[in-house]
Amino acid sequence: MKLTGSDIFIECLRKEKVEVLFGYPGGVVIPIFDKLYDAKDIRFVLTRHEQGAAHAADGYARATGKTGVCLATSGPGATNLVTGIATAYMDSIPMVAFTGQVPMSLIGTDAFQEADITGITRPITKHNFLISDTSKMVDIISEAFYIASTGRPGPVLVDLPKDVSTGMIDFEWPEKPSIPKGYKVVKYADPSVIKNAADAIKASKKPYIYTGGGIIISGAGKELVTFAERINAPVTTTLMGLGGFPGSHPLWVGMPGMHGTYTANMAFTDCDLVIAIGARFDDRVTGKIEGFAPNAKIIHIDTDPAAIAKNVKVDIAVVGDAKAILEQLLEVVKKRDRNGWNDYIDEMKTSHPVTYDKKSGTIKPQYVVEQIYEATKGDAIITTEVGQNQMWASLFYTYDKPRRFISSGGLGTMGYGFPAAIGAQMGKPDAIVFDIAGDGSIQMNIQEMATAVEQKLPVNIAILNNKFLGMVRQWQELFYGKRYSSTNIELQPDFVKLAEAYGAHGIRVDKPENVRSAIEEAISIKGPVILDFIVDREENVWPMVAPGAALSEVMEGLF
Amino acid sequence: MRHIISVIVENKFGVLARVSGLFSSRGYNIDSLTVGETNDPEVSRMTIVVKGDDSILDQVMKQLNKLVDVIEVVDLPREQSVRRELCLIKVNCNSGTRTEILEIANVFRAKTIHIGHTSLIIQITGTEEKINGFINLMEPFKILEVARTGVAAMQRESKEQ
Repeated sequence: MKLTGSDIFIECLRKEKVEVLFGYPGGVVIPIFDKLYDAKDIRFVLTRHEQGAAHAADGYARATGKTGVCLATSGPGATNLVTGIATAYMDSIPMVAFTGQVPMSLIGTDAFQEADITGITRPITKHNFLISDTSKMVDIISEAFYIASTGRPGPVLVDLPKDVSTGMIDFEWPEKPSIPKGYKVVKYADPSVIKNAADAIKASKKPYIYTGGGIIISGAGKELVTFAERINAPVTTTLMGLGGFPGSHPLWVGMPGMHGTYTANMAFTDCDLVIAIGARFDDRVTGKIEGFAPNAKIIHIDTDPAAIAKNVKVDIAVVGDAKAILEQLLEVVKKRDRNGWNDYIDEMKTSHPVTYDKKSGTIKPQYVVEQIYEATKGDAIITTEVGQNQMWASLFYTYDKPRRFISSGGLGTMGYGFPAAIGAQMGKPDAIVFDIAGDGSIQMNIQEMATAVEQKLPVNIAILNNKFLGMVRQWQELFYGKRYSSTNIELQPDFVKLAEAYGAHGIRVDKPENVRSAIEEAISIKGPVILDFIVDREENVWPMVAPGAALSEVMEGLF
Repeated sequence: MRHIISVIVENKFGVLARVSGLFSSRGYNIDSLTVGETNDPEVSRMTIVVKGDDSILDQVMKQLNKLVDVIEVVDLPREQSVRRELCLIKVNCNSGTRTEILEIANVFRAKTIHIGHTSLIIQITGTEEKINGFINLMEPFKILEVARTGVAAMQRESKEQ
């Protein structure tokens, strides 16, 4: 059968069961868009900026566990994907990004809309490909999806020169999909390693379980609960791991790190064993390395060998899939009874709750998040932007299930939350989706309002509007003598009118008593809604561990 | 501490950039890097000399292993491997110094591959130490140019044997 590269591209998407594709057309990808025009089984979502397409594919992947897919043209289309690809890379999100490229014969000539996108994205992709010949398309695309979704997932970029997508070849499906030669994924660990870990757990009087996004990626939530209950160890989940262990479980102590709970941070300082599962000891979690878990042995379970012993010294390294390793551990680990350690942790949780000033009479951002939690019964998909809004969304909403909290953890990308919410809503059409946003971040990808309206997505944006770039302002207040350099953004659009200009709904809320009813009204509206909550301008995120300080130096707000 | 790492890679477009990019983006220093096809034209071998303590070496090896185009990574300990480098040296000479230079070259089993009126090109092969020693002895004659290949290395016994 004679097919063009673009026909084969569409067939490859079908083979990979791609239901949704986010993207933006341009010169060299017109042949592909011409085929998409007829491919009614693949829903194409036209974003209004390529960055929005990358974040939407990422949000779709995080909400569903499937691989997100985006498509952009060469040159500026491709470079506009870069922030989205880097965001997915830092958080290990399965994504395949397709970019158009100038014809092979023009590569390297500084042709119109040419950019060396495989060169540019090399450090921010798990792998990337330039397809140099139409005959290689099937193998490369199947390898791209395989690499993106297995092991420690990540974005893979595939660059498609125009002559490759227009080239015509005799086409036949290969007998089996191509798998790259040097690519290895380890699932189970050697039993001797498991025994070492089990012995360390048995010997521990103060064990502490520290989990990250790996639990969610491998779907190990059930095994984690069984394991934690078996050894009666307190559990902390990182920002990426929220929902990987139920937030309402009595063993959960909250999130660790710079804006982690008092208990989660002190537990690191006091424990004698850290059992890290699918977490990478990020600097925002560990604080000053010298003060991190000073009395503890560390067991580190991770699918990526390079994540182990990268930031901290590890006593027992266990390479493998979180779920598989937990199954192995559950076969050998014996029950551990509660002891004084558990009482100490429970007492800390009671005496150091995460809280805020509830008597101010103004709208507190934390109150808005709590009310979203109550109105959605804790079952919404929450995406966040980056900054104070992100921290309040993680501290004041309880996540009992995985894939409910979607946030740019590693890269910290402002402008992520709204397009990610669009992607999440596409993947989970029946879910209630809220983007908890700041007035700064939301303006970074506000153009996607048109996408949300066009796709009739009931995405809700809750702007915690303090007319500041709040997190930077908080640092300036605490560490730079209140010199608010370039963080006052009082000049801003009327977000209600802005929503209306796009054909969406806008609701402004400036009194605490109207918060809940506005949230409920937004949920009841079928299309996108912007909720503009006018909150306390100089509210800070507490608790906080100052940059460069040890976790034991956690500061709490005074209420 | 210096380590020599042998990296077997798929002979694909961009693989050298992936490997060298990994070193630069993570702040590891490369002393030398050689690359060439093996007996299998689809596979190349890179020999990388890198400086760093054991934890850096450990990270370098793990990060290299993570690259999709990398098939195998081996740290070659000094006592279990052979290491060789080739070097071309162009050195200034005249009728008075030529014989002395050739005699030294002879002792080092270096080859003279070009003789001109005012200069000689000498090819020397061996360990880095031997080459450094030879270069040192050539200094007084005025070295005009040096081209070193970087180290190529191999394990004495293959795993298969």
